[in-house]
Amino acid sequence: MKLHEYQSKTIFSKYGIQIPKGRVAATPQEAKQIADELGGRVVVKAQVLVGGRGKAGGVKLANNSAEAEQLATQILAMEIKGLPVRKVLIDEASAIDQEIYFAITDDRSAKRPVIIASAAGGVDIEEVAAKTPEKIVKVHIDPLLGMREYIARDVALAIDLPREYWREFTKLALNLYEVYKKTDASLAEINPLVITKDKKLVALDGKMLIDDNALFRQPEINEMRDTDADAPSEIEARKYGLSFIKLEGNIGCMVNGAGLAMTSMDVIKLFGGEPANFLDVGGGASSEKVSAAMRIILTDPSVKAILFNIFGGITRCDEVARGMLVAMDEVKPNVPMVVRLVGTNAEEGRKLLENAKMITAETLADAAKKSVEAAKKGL
Amino acid sequence: MSVLVDKNTRLLVQGITGNEGLFHTTQMVAYSDIVVGGVTPGKGGEWVLDGKLPVFDTLKQAKESTDANASIIFVPARFAPDAILEAADAGIPLIICITEGVAVQDMMRVRTYLDQKKVRLIGPNCPGLLTPGEAKVGIIPGNIAIPGNVGVVSRSGTLTYEVLYAMKNLGMGASTCVGIGGDPVNGTNFTDVLEMFENDNQTEKVIMIGEIGGSEEERAAEYIRTKMTKPVASFIAGQTAPPGKRMGHAGAIIEGGAGTAADKVKALEAAGVKVAKHPEEIPTLLQ
Repeated sequence: MKLHEYQSKTIFSKYGIQIPKGRVAATPQEAKQIADELGGRVVVKAQVLVGGRGKAGGVKLANNSAEAEQLATQILAMEIKGLPVRKVLIDEASAIDQEIYFAITDDRSAKRPVIIASAAGGVDIEEVAAKTPEKIVKVHIDPLLGMREYIARDVALAIDLPREYWREFTKLALNLYEVYKKTDASLAEINPLVITKDKKLVALDGKMLIDDNALFRQPEINEMRDTDADAPSEIEARKYGLSFIKLEGNIGCMVNGAGLAMTSMDVIKLFGGEPANFLDVGGGASSEKVSAAMRIILTDPSVKAILFNIFGGITRCDEVARGMLVAMDEVKPNVPMVVRLVGTNAEEGRKLLENAKMITAETLADAAKKSVEAAKKGL
Repeated sequence: MSVLVDKNTRLLVQGITGNEGLFHTTQMVAYSDIVVGGVTPGKGGEWVLDGKLPVFDTLKQAKESTDANASIIFVPARFAPDAILEAADAGIPLIICITEGVAVQDMMRVRTYLDQKKVRLIGPNCPGLLTPGEAKVGIIPGNIAIPGNVGVVSRSGTLTYEVLYAMKNLGMGASTCVGIGGDPVNGTNFTDVLEMFENDNQTEKVIMIGEIGGSEEERAAEYIRTKMTKPVASFIAGQTAPPGKRMGHAGAIIEGGAGTAADKVKALEAAGVKVAKHPEEIPTLLQ
């Protein structure tokens, strides 16, 4: 789950990391009022969950509160990469000496957290990593020991941070690790971390990603979820515990198991079709889940056929078939459906569905071919 | 021979009285006689499967009474890290965690601890192990595979069943099937299992089923290129997956342009691995 800049920075601040004075506004009037409180000279920043908002004109400097109001009006009317800007962050403008990149994230290969730091902050860090990898410092953290002061000093030295800031930087590193650990973040990023003209370390911008698997123990963070970036069908699917991602094609897919679901999409493409979605109904494939899945797939008007691929290992195929019949009765789909059932009692399941005028297939390749044809021909 | 589990495995089930645990224990017992008992805190002294299997409160008690050498975990995600650590602490050398949805930072701590103990963890978020005809340790349906000389290793669940089933239809059997799981931080990776297969007498060929995300397939390709003498066939799921979206498995996400199917296929082919276009084609590449 992604957090907005203002949410991330509020969390940073709670853990003792200094951030610019500022607040979030949903209207130009609010923006003006906040700018007045901050003394007029402020930065107006679009709060959207996509990168590149600066280049899109979503971050602007205002010299006084009237300008802030005007810029907020502009920015709140924007869409950035398809996402509406619903809030702007109004931060007091900082006088900056140096910009640093500093983040803690999961290193999957090393199976432990890693600090990523660079003296070249304030820009796209992936670009820095690609063009000048020598400017990136990576230091691993033992997850049983956590951040230690000497590790922070190692990093400070590696990015040539002036000695007078080491003490403050060490404190900040310990605090950011607390943020990362306590919020189950998979990324806690400060970019840029700035040294201000009055010699303070301030987190000017912040970004956090939270591990979805840990949200059960992060109720406060779960509340912060912004679903603007999710398709409505994805939000609906989440309610039923379905793993669903909308794609651009016209063949809907319903599969049990994530790996097999991805594979079914691949095989559709291999035979000249385009998948309309990724959908994993999970192990049980109960009639409730199947009918929810069917409804969600059919809300997409571009869907011209649906492929069901269920490998019933321990789940019996006749049960899955009965679930599908119940679901069809409820949803009354108006596109051709191709079904492939394999596993325990598959024969029985297939018969039940053939009687319901579904197209059945023996192999995955066969099912993919038939669904590509069905999408062309229609009912 | 086979790898990791065989008819001499003595298996405990953590969470044996839960819905999932009890259902799959019944299935495992019906396949092979390797389960020696189970653990559910607060239910010690009870018996399950008509008095066939004892239930213990703690792993330590269970290990002392049964001399188990493996443990399989079916507890809910929030309790799974503790269950893995409990098994490791009781001296169980092989732990299989079926549970999905375990928090990543928990797994990083667990993995760091296990590395110091020299314990082998399979999973989490995996279907477990199957040595056809000898031992079923997990949820892979027993009837879709026959004994043979092909080692199978996979990050996926039902996709693995698909491949085992296609093998069976061709009369091709498996030495052992190892489901390593779809999480970004797990106990055992492809290279670990490839090494086991390379050293196993019964295994003559290997099938590796990968997917998008991470770089374990690329590392496996490097191992195959430099160390492996046995032929390997492969399939990579997620060729049509868009970047930045998590495809069900926590590990299956293309990040910052890394972890794509195309990169993995390229690395494997460069290592001499035959890569199938669809899963049913994989076994034919080894015929």
